[in-house]
Amino acid sequence: MFVRNKTLTLAASAAFAAAALASGAARAEDVFKIGLIVPMTGGQASTGKQIDNAIKLYMQQNGDTVAGKKIQVILKDDAALPDNTKRLAQELIVNDKVNVIAGFGVTPAAFAAAPLATQGKIPEVVMAAGTSIITEKSPYIVRTSFTLPQSSTIIGDWAVKNGIKKVATLTSDYAPGNDALASFKERFTAGGGEIVEEVKVPLANPDFAPFLQRMKDSKPDAMFVFVPAGQGGNFMKQYAERGLDKSGIKVIGPGDVTDDDLLNDMGDAVLGAVTAHIYSAAHPSAKNKEFVAAYKKAYNSRPGFMAVGGYDGINLIYEALKKTDGKTDGDSLIAAMKGLAWESPRGPISIDPETRDIVQNVYIRKVEKVDGELYNVEFQTFEAVKDPGKAKK
Amino acid sequence: MTSILTNLFDGVAYGMLLFVLACGLAVTLGLMNFVNLAHGAFAMAGGYVCAIMVNRVGWPFFAALPLAFVASAMIGALLERTLYQHLYARSHLDQVLFSIGLVFMTVATVDYIMGSSRIFIKLPDVLQGQFDIFGVGIGRYRLMIIAICGLLTVGLQLVLSKTRFGSRLRAAVDDPRAASGLGINVPQVFAFTFAFGCGLAGLGGALSAEILGLDPYFPLKFMIYFLIVVTVGGSSSITGPFLASLLLGIGDVAGKYYVPKLGPFVIYTIMIVILIWRPNGLFGRTATR
Amino acid sequence: MTTNAQTDVGILARQHGRWHWSEFAFWIVVLAVGLAFPSRYLIMTEILRLALFALSLDLILGYAGIVSLGHAAFFGVGAYCAGLLSVHGLINEPVLALIVAGLAATVLGFVTSFLVIRGVDLTRLMVTLGIALLMEALAERFSNITGGTDGLQGIDIQPIFGVFAFDMFGKTGFFYSLAVLFVLFLLARTIVHSPFGLSLRAIKNNPLRAAAVGIPVNKRLIAIYTVAAFYAGIAGALFTQTTALASLDVFSFERSADLVLLLVIGGSGYLYGGLIGAAVFRMLQELFQWITPQYWMFWIGLVLVVIVMVGRHRIHAYALWLPNLILRQIAGRKAAVVLTDNEAP
Repeated sequence: MFVRNKTLTLAASAAFAAAALASGAARAEDVFKIGLIVPMTGGQASTGKQIDNAIKLYMQQNGDTVAGKKIQVILKDDAALPDNTKRLAQELIVNDKVNVIAGFGVTPAAFAAAPLATQGKIPEVVMAAGTSIITEKSPYIVRTSFTLPQSSTIIGDWAVKNGIKKVATLTSDYAPGNDALASFKERFTAGGGEIVEEVKVPLANPDFAPFLQRMKDSKPDAMFVFVPAGQGGNFMKQYAERGLDKSGIKVIGPGDVTDDDLLNDMGDAVLGAVTAHIYSAAHPSAKNKEFVAAYKKAYNSRPGFMAVGGYDGINLIYEALKKTDGKTDGDSLIAAMKGLAWESPRGPISIDPETRDIVQNVYIRKVEKVDGELYNVEFQTFEAVKDPGKAKK
Repeated sequence: MTSILTNLFDGVAYGMLLFVLACGLAVTLGLMNFVNLAHGAFAMAGGYVCAIMVNRVGWPFFAALPLAFVASAMIGALLERTLYQHLYARSHLDQVLFSIGLVFMTVATVDYIMGSSRIFIKLPDVLQGQFDIFGVGIGRYRLMIIAICGLLTVGLQLVLSKTRFGSRLRAAVDDPRAASGLGINVPQVFAFTFAFGCGLAGLGGALSAEILGLDPYFPLKFMIYFLIVVTVGGSSSITGPFLASLLLGIGDVAGKYYVPKLGPFVIYTIMIVILIWRPNGLFGRTATR
Repeated sequence: MTTNAQTDVGILARQHGRWHWSEFAFWIVVLAVGLAFPSRYLIMTEILRLALFALSLDLILGYAGIVSLGHAAFFGVGAYCAGLLSVHGLINEPVLALIVAGLAATVLGFVTSFLVIRGVDLTRLMVTLGIALLMEALAERFSNITGGTDGLQGIDIQPIFGVFAFDMFGKTGFFYSLAVLFVLFLLARTIVHSPFGLSLRAIKNNPLRAAAVGIPVNKRLIAIYTVAAFYAGIAGALFTQTTALASLDVFSFERSADLVLLLVIGGSGYLYGGLIGAAVFRMLQELFQWITPQYWMFWIGLVLVVIVMVGRHRIHAYALWLPNLILRQIAGRKAAVVLTDNEAP
């Protein structure tokens, strides 16, 4: 016979729980808190790290006091899981009394936090996620990254004008991918182009080979590609391995596939890939040169567009706080953010007062070798592009 | 027609790669009865060693491959002596807890040292691109994988069945007590086998960077695939896992090519059906312990 | 003789079935912790949900010896079912929706149980895992219904009984989850102390012998597996109702794997293991994430490795050292609490 009562282990766990639970902090009047929720672990970790790095860099350069308030960033890891995002956002708002929530590596995460932003009247600054519809989910959402229709419509038009007739598409099967595909398809077919093959690949996907073989067999002039930042490298490697570059099938698409973060390691196969995007580390402006140099010095790697999204996001918060002269309530902040315009490393950008979405230049770039390194070199600029996803309505 | 052959070729290459990655696990799990979910961590270690040697130190790729093997094998031997060997007799659940813990630690450590972005290994020109044989596209890199993995498989089979070490290992596995009574140093045999399995994983990790992508989450992402190979293949010989790897590789590639929307279905359904049909795997023996 | 043996078993069962005072203490402390930290409802709700999920796994692992790496399949079905019921406005009463979602998972549990009862541990592990992966692939394939990777949009959970609305601080969610957990815990407790529960334990210890004394092994296993699926489905539905979210990751391998980890930490086969394991594991995670958002996995991993190297039994003994010390002061030498761990070898 054995003894079967043992619940006292709980006494230990309760004490432990009490210790861990009691870690909230009181609100100090002169502190302005930003809850930064990004994926720091899991498959999207590089997005979170870039944003975190960029924000740290910005705060080093610009100090941590704005309009008499000390800026404090509380970093949280959501591993790109929306239920984590939601809980963390809720805790940040309720317990830490943050003034702004920011970050959001993926679209579902931005969605999950939207009702909280509305309820708590807290601005939600989206620094990465790129699905068009996000900003419509709450009147408190502002975006400093980009939307996929912005770049996809432009590359669609460009493809038509440059004699590309038949295109095969390969996009990741989730909201941003579907956004990219829809906007590209609309412009491209309206201009007389033909989609000869359409493949949606699962988001978590180790081997592109079979999909690429399908692309190759459909014999298009070019292939339109959207894969999330981080997967671009693998994609381009296998594109070259399959000999698609030799068979004359060009890669076009939004710039996620040739993300600066990884571009230099992709090998010469990417040379000549034409993409439309909002940022290139090779953007020829003084502001950008300074940014890239500082980032490289601090983190020993090249900043990608995710880093710029974070850099501009924190700048937006700083500027808004200056404009409200230290007023920290959500409505004043959002009002101040609307219409703000500034020079970013990516070029001139502004926040659309109507949609709270970002208005920015979209550049057509081609991958070239500059000083022995691969860069997206911009050769055409479309100025002040609003999100076409919303302009329609 | 040619696209069928190209797909077959890709599938075989993918399967071979999975086999090299997973066959060490087949040994630890199937023969030594140890659930080592950290197997992918050794593969990742090999991949990163190779990447560092090629990209930063400037070694040629073919010189770095054996080093990936050696490095992973050494890490494996070290961990076997210090940690693993104490856990052979423990319950499977303990082993799961331990090896998952090890994976978490590895993931965070690699992330800390190498960053969370994917990394690539700079390949020599010889291995890049594709050539056609009667219209069938043959990727050079995949061809090399098939060659290396094919040789390894034959070699392993010979070692296990023909050499003295092979018979010692089989004896040690079948009945450790009787084997040690016969003067076989069982712990040593196990340690060596474990290290060798880790080494193979390391080699597989280095080879897979190009195809599967290498980032700190590698061990978690591919754990499922390794387990499928081992359970579907069974553990009586290395033939089972070998065939299971090929089946998985070809099934995965064909599934994605012909029914892109249903890709993952194909694999998992095959696995479940096989396991229902033969609970001990294709070449399983009835559970001994 | 036979009658004697039967009465003996009956007495034993009734003794075990009786509430020990420490169990009352446990639930009182749970309620007290809930009242003491009103700012932490969200994480506590998550723990309760996880505890219910772990309870489900404990029913099959701790009492019937079935290992599963795919328990998220049922969690996910429950979650999506609750979500879809709400999105399409089919059932607006959360409690009713909860039960329906649980029943949906039950159906899946019953159907798949025939696949699971075959084979040995490792095969079961992989078959359950395969089923969860299949469900995930299905949900991705039918993304027009499930919302795919982006998750189900437009979930709006109505107030419970039309009175208690889910609030921003998670208060309603917490007490709702606590009530559900407690009710289902009582049910589980009744089940495992019933003759049916005893027969399960016999099967777990030795299926051959159990069959020899006339226990219908397969039927019993199917029954408990189906019940466990119901529990997991309810846990999933709670997830959707308290967070208003449902996306593909409800089926994820990580969810199933974490579950096994925390149940092993807490100890299986006495119902409280999953509850304690959920609290300990989740609090550890929270603590490490608070210290280092980037590298918390390292420390969790280290804890797991240390637990195994030191030995779970010894850890449990350490955890009980202080309570026992206090107990001995109050109630004398005999009052010591011993933790027995009876799980699959």
